[in-house]
Amino acid sequence: MYVAVKGGEAAIDNAHRLLAEVRRGDPAVPELTVAQIREQMALLVDRVMAEGSLNDPDLAALALKQARGDVVEAVFLVRAFRTTLPRFGASVPLDTGRMTLSRRISATFKDLPGGQVLGPTFDYTHRLVDFALAAEGAPEPAAEAEPREDAAATPRVTDLLGRDGLIEPSPPDDGSPLGDITREPVDFPCDRATRLQALARGDEGFILALGYATQRGYGRTHPFVGEVRVGTVAVEFVPEELGFPVPLGAVQATECQMVNQFHGSRTVPPQFTRGYGLVFGQSERKAMAMALVDRALRAGELGEPLASPAQDQEFVLAHCDSLQATGFVEHLKLPHYVDFQAELELVRRMRAEFEDRREVAE
Amino acid sequence: MSDMREFRPGADPSSRLPPRSGDDGVAGALPPQAGRGDEASAYNFAYLDEGTKRMIRRALLKAVAVPGYQVPFASREMPMPYGWGTGGVQVTAAILGRSDVLKVIDQGADDTTNAVSIRRFFAKTAGVATTTHTAEASVIQTRHRIPERPLTENQTLVYQVPIPEPLRFLEPRETETRQMHALAEYGLMHVKLYEDISRHGHIATTYAYPVEVAGRYVMDPSPTPKFDNPKMDDCPALQLFGAGRERRIYAVPPYTKVRSLDFEDHPFRVQRFDQPCALCAAEGVYLDEMLMDDSGRRMFICSDTDHCEERRAAGHVGTEGVA
Repeated sequence: MYVAVKGGEAAIDNAHRLLAEVRRGDPAVPELTVAQIREQMALLVDRVMAEGSLNDPDLAALALKQARGDVVEAVFLVRAFRTTLPRFGASVPLDTGRMTLSRRISATFKDLPGGQVLGPTFDYTHRLVDFALAAEGAPEPAAEAEPREDAAATPRVTDLLGRDGLIEPSPPDDGSPLGDITREPVDFPCDRATRLQALARGDEGFILALGYATQRGYGRTHPFVGEVRVGTVAVEFVPEELGFPVPLGAVQATECQMVNQFHGSRTVPPQFTRGYGLVFGQSERKAMAMALVDRALRAGELGEPLASPAQDQEFVLAHCDSLQATGFVEHLKLPHYVDFQAELELVRRMRAEFEDRREVAE
Repeated sequence: MSDMREFRPGADPSSRLPPRSGDDGVAGALPPQAGRGDEASAYNFAYLDEGTKRMIRRALLKAVAVPGYQVPFASREMPMPYGWGTGGVQVTAAILGRSDVLKVIDQGADDTTNAVSIRRFFAKTAGVATTTHTAEASVIQTRHRIPERPLTENQTLVYQVPIPEPLRFLEPRETETRQMHALAEYGLMHVKLYEDISRHGHIATTYAYPVEVAGRYVMDPSPTPKFDNPKMDDCPALQLFGAGRERRIYAVPPYTKVRSLDFEDHPFRVQRFDQPCALCAAEGVYLDEMLMDDSGRRMFICSDTDHCEERRAAGHVGTEGVA
């Protein structure tokens, strides 16, 4: 009778075997391949890479397969793998101005150097379920564009505004060593680079809700999308023995430059401020929400009143990680009987004392 | 991008990682869980790489040097979830040697699911001997209990800690609590305990009961029932605390004064149980309450399963036990 309430090794093994069987689903249905997930669930793969902080579509796709499509669980698998990888240095900052663009839009200028590139987007689709997709069939081939002559570099909108001093300059690289939130504990208050690292791997839903809250008045920042761009960008690394950058490859990324509420004083002319978002893969929602929250977190630095959760870095950074959040919430499933016993004992004693007092009063 | 992989170095000179199987191609990107034959050898001894262990050991040394002080450390993602003991697992991984004998308990029991899982993890990744006997263990990782059998100088107790900051529920901000510790500004905690007494007639904290360590730092003993607090005081064993999600390590060195906070007119008292263990008749131990049937019949048995088994093996029989 007493053995029944305790876990057992056999029960754990059996649970894992059952999980494997349920993961596979009906064996009469063909099994998903990792390549199918990578190619056809690409945005999901992107999200797992972004929150997993590891650019590896095959690994992310495999993690999704193993996790039965659970995003947080897949992120967890990727992170647990990532943590064992050796670290051999930091890349040269990505030059997103030289990104090979698949999409680039600005909401602040109707036309601009480099143009508006719509690319693959849901934005102007009607969200009607396409029942034809239930059957198999190749889509109509996409239209081909002529290669652009000026494709080598498309200036960022913030660079264009910056030339006239209309927007605050991006702080120059002062050469100080980069923090790494996966290798050093976060020390509050932390600098913007550290905050951006945490936001980049933060849970999309949480960052989205916080960014949304700033639009509804909880830390308002008057945002305009200066630019959202999606494309592939070269990753370069300077090996110590060479002393010059060599390309390691290319990654797909989404960048959002938010142009916000202007500031000025007697000594500084008014100029717009910036919020910044950058994530692996194509995720405009995440990059934009990240830019909103980044700007909100700069409230202290810009002398704005601090009144909302999105402006509070301890609140945002301590709770934006989906692994930490899910771990602590779900650990409530673990046994807590000794603590509950302690509470039971106290409540029973207090109830007995309450009864004693009532009897005395009567 | 697949072309990134070619730049993954085969061996990082700063670590002593054994080479991963298949590190040269696409297969190297797949985690060993993906069904390649030899899982354990793909990882370093006790899972963590040596650089990470060194970082954790440095934090541990500082923690031992400043008893009760929470040392920040760069907690890693582990293959078990936050909240499942990742802090304890990292501390254990950092201190474990090949000759260690490991015991893992959760709620005092060796056979609860999480204890089984963590014990297997180290049996697999470190190949160390494991035991359920408190006396045989050199390292004991625990969640929520301290074994009933007194610990010795040759043992290290590793606690899994969810919220390391004893002041957290009084002040949510790390920047504030850090300053309160620096100034030994613990008035707020005493006010909280006093308010309990004025409201309930008792200090209503029954587990994670705050302690003062070596006359200086107020420390969270992890959510052990306050029944276990006196065992921490002047304990011959080294006590290490790991909080993975919160990225903190702290320690109580052997033979250190650990005092549960109280008042002169409301001295600290531990829970008492009205009856002995129903299986082994032990008294003065912490008991779990078992619901036996729908009509509310209950049985109280030792929370420390090893203690209970040893007593029964020695011939002690409780009311529900079998001689």
